Amino acid sequence: MNSNNVLIKMEDLTKTYQVGETQVRALRGISYEIRKGDLLAIMGPSGSGKSTLMNIIGCLDKPTNGRYFLDGKEVSTYNKNQLAGIRNSKIGFVFQTFNLLARTTALENTELPLLYSNTPTREAKKLAMKALAQVGLEGRELHKSNQMSGGERQRVAIARALVNSPSLILADEPTGNLDTKTGNEIMDVFKRLNQKNGITVILVTHDPEVSAIAEKKMHIRDGLIESLE
Amino acid sequence: MNIFRTIKIALKALGRNKMRSFLTALGIIIGVGAVIAMVSIGQGAKAEVEKRFSEMGTNLLFVRPGSRSYRGRHGGSSSYENLTEADAEAILENCDAVNYISPNVNSRAQIIYRNKNWNTSIYGTGHDYPIIRNWEVEEGEFFSEQHVKSARKVCILGSEVNQNLFEGANPLGQIIRMNKIPFRVIGTMESKGESGGWFNRDDVIFIPYTTAQMRLLGIDHIQSVDVSAISMDRSAEAMAQIEEVLRIRHKIAPGAEDDFNVRNMSDIAEGASEATGILTILLGGIASISLLVGGIGIMNIMLVSVTERIREIGIRMSMGAREKDILYQFLTEAIVLSALGGLLGIILGVGSSQLISHFSDMTTMVSFESIALAFIFAASVGIFFGFYPARKASKLDPIDALRYE
Repeated sequence: MNSNNVLIKMEDLTKTYQVGETQVRALRGISYEIRKGDLLAIMGPSGSGKSTLMNIIGCLDKPTNGRYFLDGKEVSTYNKNQLAGIRNSKIGFVFQTFNLLARTTALENTELPLLYSNTPTREAKKLAMKALAQVGLEGRELHKSNQMSGGERQRVAIARALVNSPSLILADEPTGNLDTKTGNEIMDVFKRLNQKNGITVILVTHDPEVSAIAEKKMHIRDGLIESLE
Repeated sequence: MNIFRTIKIALKALGRNKMRSFLTALGIIIGVGAVIAMVSIGQGAKAEVEKRFSEMGTNLLFVRPGSRSYRGRHGGSSSYENLTEADAEAILENCDAVNYISPNVNSRAQIIYRNKNWNTSIYGTGHDYPIIRNWEVEEGEFFSEQHVKSARKVCILGSEVNQNLFEGANPLGQIIRMNKIPFRVIGTMESKGESGGWFNRDDVIFIPYTTAQMRLLGIDHIQSVDVSAISMDRSAEAMAQIEEVLRIRHKIAPGAEDDFNVRNMSDIAEGASEATGILTILLGGIASISLLVGGIGIMNIMLVSVTERIREIGIRMSMGAREKDILYQFLTEAIVLSALGGLLGIILGVGSSQLISHFSDMTTMVSFESIALAFIFAASVGIFFGFYPARKASKLDPIDALRYE
């Protein structure tokens, strides 16, 4: 395997939480490699550790033990501020509940990551318009988040994830709050971004229909990889 | 992050809760307004006092006899009767920092004009008294050096006495009786106004001090000397010269105590303006407590706001906001809130100080310093009370914040 193609490398990741007097071992040793351009689904029942894994992949959290490389850098040694910088430049998040800023326009929501990368205002607007066009929201830039349908909101969230040209889009149950039809449309957007634009996408889900579009699937149970497809 | 963008974001966030933002800022508005209005009252009083003193002449010095003690028994102040006309003249002659002098002999007398009578203060003074005291003659003229030398029975009326005896008729050339002695009225003084309390500066008659000595009191010493220094800057010098001259004339051995007192008007004025300065500090201090309470209001609302927006903080953090980005965002909101409150408070303070001076006798004076001070204080209150909530926001864990319902 050409190591230049590896985007993410996980080496024996463990995560242990202290809850009161008991230790909860959410991850018990995960090793895996994700290559650039992959479309991976991470699946597992609730309590399996998939959220914990997603938080580590998304640089929101650090593993207790083990090493995590993103784009060749060992980010498991980074401090909070460095992690924030990595989230800003390399990762785009899409959440189940959309997590848009309330009463804020699609454009402003999309510009949000650019605010923290110090992109000049004019440039930021251009990039945000482009990202909104990519998800099919031309002409809706000035609609406020509370005036939009669930599908539109999720598209804004995807545009926001795209706007900083990240190495990786991390989607956590992206269709969980949408009806089947809208959900399928959103999945199509992910598929298109992956196939046409070559963006690496990781879907975290327990829905087999969602994972159906993924070329690789990772099943997690009790903090360990149960199976790979 | 760019400061203007941060301010723009803060304004937007505050705009989403207009009523709440306004009520929060109201604490600062009232606080700043109160500080400016109260300090303006204090400074107005100070300016008023200073004006009164400068009307009297800040280069004024008073010479009075000292306290006499005879075989262990102390008299009160001015109990010596050792100040003479010759002393006064020696001061004028030998002290080059002295411009004018006026020996004074004061008394009270019953004044009779036709069927009216009035009891008033009689000031026996020198002919330069109006110059020294900065007090103009309104009609006629003040008595001359010649009048003084020959102890003539002429008088000048204060406006209150003039009003009471003549009721608007022309007093010039009329004869009034003072303890049955006839005096010719040769002038009237312009009104100085009441100086507060029961004392009316216009309730007075001026006569030559020589006349007062001979005709009214039968004494040959004088009670005090008013001295005018050449300028305010030289009044300390004048004071030292007067002391030297009088010590020589009174044959006081080196090291022995003076048998006279010299006081400097600018020292007295300084003392009085110091007292009103304390008043200003007191009023401003009380008012700034309300500013402090306003600051606590800001902190309270910012804490509520942070809790309400935990999810927003989580979103921003997941998009790459650093701790300090979140800290600055909330701190800026607090500062913008208190700065806007400060600006409105300035308007309120200046406006209410205008109203106070318009509808009451009080003089108010708004100074640039008090505005700047109140505004800076308000902004610091914002920083101080905004810091804790902002820090709390910045220390949130992004995962918990994103999950917060």
